[in-house]
Amino acid sequence: MQLGRVIGTVVASVKTPGLDGVKFLIVQPLDRRREPWGRPVVAADGVHMAGPGELVYVVGSREAAQALPNTFVPVDHAIVGIVDEVTP
Amino acid sequence: MKIGSVVGTVVSTINAPVFDDRKLLLCDIVDPDGTPSGGYLIAVDVVGAGTGETVLIIDEGNSARQIVGLDTAPIRAVVVGIVDEVDIGG
Repeated sequence: MQLGRVIGTVVASVKTPGLDGVKFLIVQPLDRRREPWGRPVVAADGVHMAGPGELVYVVGSREAAQALPNTFVPVDHAIVGIVDEVTP
Repeated sequence: MKIGSVVGTVVSTINAPVFDDRKLLLCDIVDPDGTPSGGYLIAVDVVGAGTGETVLIIDEGNSARQIVGLDTAPIRAVVVGIVDEVDIGG
């Protein structure tokens, strides 16, 4: 998993079956010093509570779909936690 | 598996249920000689590792789910060992 900052939302009315009700957010990946790292990605909100501005952690690849109610869906990034604190 | 160096921790209260009551470690990925190779991972700790230690990290979903005993968990990276020594070239 990696850290990311939620910087936006995506709305898509027409989606492949299984993605209905899934919230998509734009997440800027961060390095461990919380500096932007690479290009923003579209991530499913696996905690149902993330929003713009929040520091989150994101799981990538096939495991992302496991964060959703329907796990056999085409999703490659998912927010699985909202960060309270990172040290250092 | 990858070799990592634990540099910190991540704390969350709103998270996928698999992360409840689990320690998340911030780990630099390192070369066998200990040099950071640029990347990092947030990994679940199952061995009691802490900051400053060199660790073994599995970054693969099926293995990770097997370790935590949940076959539908959104988890990939797990710290599965604490490295005592790496020897290259005998």
